[in-house]
Amino acid sequence: MIGGERHLLSMADLDRDDIEQLMTLTDSFAEVGERSIPKVPALRGKTIAWLFYEDSTRTRLSFETAAKRLSADTMNFNVSSSSVNKGESLRDTVETITAMGVDGIVVRHRAAGAPHRVAEWVDASVINAGDGWHQHPTQSLLDLYTAREHLGDLDGKHIAIVGDIKHSRVARSNALAFATMGAEVTLVAPKTLLPTHLEGWPVTVTHNLDEVVDDLDICYLLRMQLERQTDAVVPSLREFHTEFGLDVRRADRLGDALIMHPGPMNRGVEIAGEVADRPNAVITEQVANGVSVRMAVLFLLLGSGLDIVDGKRVAA
Amino acid sequence: MTQSIAIIGAQLVDETGTREADVLIADGRIVDVGSGLTGDVTLVADGCVVAPGFVDLHAHLREPGHEEAETIETGARGAALGGYTAVIAMPNTSPTIDSAAVVRQVLELAAAANLCDVYPSAAITVGRAGEQLAPMAELVRLGVRIFTDDGAGVQDERVMRSALEYVGSLTHLSNGAPIVLAQHCEIESLSRGGLMHEGDWSSRLGIPGQPAEAEELMIMRDIALTRLTGSRVHFQHVSTAGGVAMVRAAKEAGLPVTAEVTTHHFTLDHSACASFDPVFKVHPPLRTGADIMAIKDGLADGTIDAIATDHAPHAAHAKDGTFADAPPGMLGLETAFALANTELGLPIEEIVALMSWRPARIAGIDDHHGRPIVVGEVANLVVVDPEGIWTVRGSAMASRSTNTPYEGRELRGVVRHTIYNGDLVVQEGSATR
Repeated sequence: MIGGERHLLSMADLDRDDIEQLMTLTDSFAEVGERSIPKVPALRGKTIAWLFYEDSTRTRLSFETAAKRLSADTMNFNVSSSSVNKGESLRDTVETITAMGVDGIVVRHRAAGAPHRVAEWVDASVINAGDGWHQHPTQSLLDLYTAREHLGDLDGKHIAIVGDIKHSRVARSNALAFATMGAEVTLVAPKTLLPTHLEGWPVTVTHNLDEVVDDLDICYLLRMQLERQTDAVVPSLREFHTEFGLDVRRADRLGDALIMHPGPMNRGVEIAGEVADRPNAVITEQVANGVSVRMAVLFLLLGSGLDIVDGKRVAA
Repeated sequence: MTQSIAIIGAQLVDETGTREADVLIADGRIVDVGSGLTGDVTLVADGCVVAPGFVDLHAHLREPGHEEAETIETGARGAALGGYTAVIAMPNTSPTIDSAAVVRQVLELAAAANLCDVYPSAAITVGRAGEQLAPMAELVRLGVRIFTDDGAGVQDERVMRSALEYVGSLTHLSNGAPIVLAQHCEIESLSRGGLMHEGDWSSRLGIPGQPAEAEELMIMRDIALTRLTGSRVHFQHVSTAGGVAMVRAAKEAGLPVTAEVTTHHFTLDHSACASFDPVFKVHPPLRTGADIMAIKDGLADGTIDAIATDHAPHAAHAKDGTFADAPPGMLGLETAFALANTELGLPIEEIVALMSWRPARIAGIDDHHGRPIVVGEVANLVVVDPEGIWTVRGSAMASRSTNTPYEGRELRGVVRHTIYNGDLVVQEGSATR
């Protein structure tokens, strides 16, 4: 259970204690990953279905690796070659899968709230692996874990989230996640790439990256969709890079602040190619930590509630 | 000769005022208004209100084409249960109501159902595509009085201007009755992709929003076109504070505009979308608390002429998906009176005016509907108990669909009887046919 919930749908459902608990548990699973045989029997006999309605490489592979390290059985529902293409509804698909017997369903969907709908229909635990522009909670958790490894406690740390906030589930998730952990969050984007109404968000906003770049602990970059330049949101990717991209000059001003990105990167757009390879760019660490974090999430939601990891009893 | 019906002990509310009297109905007409009346059937209605039957300017009855969601018969039955004796059917059927053949089909199906008058509106443009004008003269001859591309607004200013000028030339075909263009106000280039109201909730939920200005800009434009052409425009489902203010200003300037609001736009706001339940998805979308206040003010001060339902049934499976994929729309016919009575805080006389004679006049059907309750008038009447409490259940409705956003909600105001053309089509809250 996470935050008293059977599902993981949104970072809004987690408080600081829930997150701390997940981080601690992630430490144990990170250790499992370093073993010569990186596998524990924690979810033996449990079945997890992947329901990905949107292309995803890293998130799906990461979940799959996590499940395998926990000895869970997995069921891959390949949307592009499935009955969905024959017009089957989301609900019918979900009920078909659950009829086969699953304990967990990991959902990625282009529609905001799709995992919330699925959670209403099934007894299994539902994990949101990204829904539209809304939320991507496991991305947030792996980002928090990565940030903590380098910076420790995030209280009072200054984090900028830069780029296409409006269309980004990572931005919505992470703004909540970083703020919940006490960080000071600044959103950096032109108005065309910001949500229209930010009242009540625990963030400050600037349209000028240069104004904050000297003063950051983390510069979190978002993927810039290439089609944004054709729908009159930004004049060109070139201009976006000039105004909001992390180029070499701005990266130098960051000092040793962390550079993070949820991937996949557009080198030369939101981030200069060479900047992505600097030592303070922890993008591949994020990916590595993703597996451990997702192990922790799967274990907490699907495990027996109390289990043995690495010889220690872990309360869920 | 059909059985006579006496309604005794109730308050009569019509355009002439309010008084206590019994009403006797026989052979389709009101034959006596007085005291101590009895009929073959005598309805004791102490504490109730007898009013002219309600008129809905805006219902989607789905037939032809989407009979899985609703038919003219089930829609008309729901209307009768909601106290309506007349409903204007929207033309976004399949095929579109844009030809004499489809108008005749709807009229035939409505006559066969014989539960209330169903008046087809017809599309302004062929196929509601916004380009070529529908055969308006031919359709007016068949009785069509309202033209609308509802579901979409007419985007092209030149086409809208032309439609206004053309209908202004057709009143000789309608025996002088007004013919009105009813507009679904939405500038699509601004609203495109928007699934809910653009505001703090859409920002938080990551659901693409459409701004209030998409509605307001078209209202502004059509007010200008009304000034240009002198023809009448009726604004459908006004949902924004800005829209209400512009209608008020246009009326003060003496322009021939009218407006309706739906029950859901003064009872629900955009925070309902936080459930991601598509039962709350509707176009125009649920707006803010400030918009609700403005709509209530507009209803109270006469800026808004009518309460409509925008009754929009959808099959259960269509709404049982994601917010993005589900079609917009919600049921309204069987909850409208109770919602207005519960939520508006207006006197019953005002509510009846907004649901009966004012919409009847806009639709050009005020020779049969919204009439005073006096001897000789056609008996299209409703008997409501304004204090009765009931709980909304979609599954208990006559509609083929169950997509009410008020499931489980307790409302005040019960439709007890509906009398259509002198026949008791709803008795004690149940349809008799």
